[in-house]
Amino acid sequence: MQTFDGNDGLSRRRVLECMTWVGTGVLWTISGGVPSSLGLIDQAVAEEARGLTFLQISDSHVGFDKPANPNARGTLEEAIGRINVVPVKPAFMIHTGDISHLSKVSEFDDADRIISQARLDVHYVPGEHDFLDEEQKLYRERYGRGTKGTGWYSFDAGGVHFIGVVNVVDLKAGGLGNLGDEQLAWLEADVKGRSASTPIVVFAHIPLWTVYPEWGWGTEDGGRALELLKRFGSVTVLNGHIHQVMQKVEGNVTFHTARSTAFPQPAPGSAPSPGPMKVADDKLRTLLGTASITFKRGAERLAIIDTPL
Amino acid sequence: MRATIIAGALGAIVGGAMAGSVLLASAQSPTSTVAIDNFTFNPQTLTVKAGTIVTWTNKDDIPHAIAAVGKQFKSKVMDTDNSYSFTFTTPGTYAYFCSLHPHMTGTIMVEAATGEAGH
Repeated sequence: MQTFDGNDGLSRRRVLECMTWVGTGVLWTISGGVPSSLGLIDQAVAEEARGLTFLQISDSHVGFDKPANPNARGTLEEAIGRINVVPVKPAFMIHTGDISHLSKVSEFDDADRIISQARLDVHYVPGEHDFLDEEQKLYRERYGRGTKGTGWYSFDAGGVHFIGVVNVVDLKAGGLGNLGDEQLAWLEADVKGRSASTPIVVFAHIPLWTVYPEWGWGTEDGGRALELLKRFGSVTVLNGHIHQVMQKVEGNVTFHTARSTAFPQPAPGSAPSPGPMKVADDKLRTLLGTASITFKRGAERLAIIDTPL
Repeated sequence: MRATIIAGALGAIVGGAMAGSVLLASAQSPTSTVAIDNFTFNPQTLTVKAGTIVTWTNKDDIPHAIAAVGKQFKSKVMDTDNSYSFTFTTPGTYAYFCSLHPHMTGTIMVEAATGEAGH
């Protein structure tokens, strides 16, 4: 099928149409059957011990206390506890946003205290729940050092170029997530001159691909970002926001969304709204979790293993 | 017991005034409500007279916030059961959305208040 690396003259509209079709069609997988035990992480790491392993954590919503999970702090602590027993120490952690539930100082404080127990460098991008203070300054004061604009940045690790982008600010009525012209111009400059063989990992809170526009699960100008990355041989897109695992491979691009550590949300269209999903207490932890990602040198793709709590 | 009696008496006075005088009734600000439920504004389009106080109440387990497309009003974040009110004094059409979940949209239609129509 036509993809992002199709015709040179591929219009943004065409890309988005294509993404919409893919997103609402069959090509993404809801991976209930993804390997989930820590034993499998052992295997993956043992196979390629020199690979770069990092963790993704998302949507901790510290401060959330509604019936879907009255103790979001507790489940974040459990997630960090699981990370601490992974046999091979990951190089670092990525947090794809919604650290807090209401952008309160106490929520950020608790999140920092709990997450720091993993003793890993953490690279954050904000979710919409992290910009709810009136001056929208708490997130940037804590996590924005060395970033541009509302908090975007890039860094290199293990031969991989990592790009953290912000798509939760200045949202438009009726629209989806939004990157904006300034950030896209920065992205274009950031990847300019890099070899097409450099593996790229781009991470953001709201999915950069259109998962389900009826619930706002997508990014209005995500297609423009992907077009800037289409010449790269390996692109991995990591997101949160939808509180469930979804994966899609599209040409050279692998899309992946992570579980929340706080509460699950329903599959697209399976409920009247995307609100928190109340499940039986004994089932909650199977729907929360973290992702461990290994980049194998010389391999085309990253190995992503989602681990429930 | 005394409080009940006073409240009852006040109710009778206000009721009498409203029944007896249109002028007196319109001097009080009319009110109207929008419920936020299941990530939708209900009603999605609300028509009110100028001077009406519109109150939004969040019934979801997720916070929402109200923002006018034309920037005439903007709420702080509303957690579950929190409310936000705005008084619409000028007739017109006000499109708004949730600044956290922008796919949530609504409209307030403000008509000239009774008695102003002929001016």
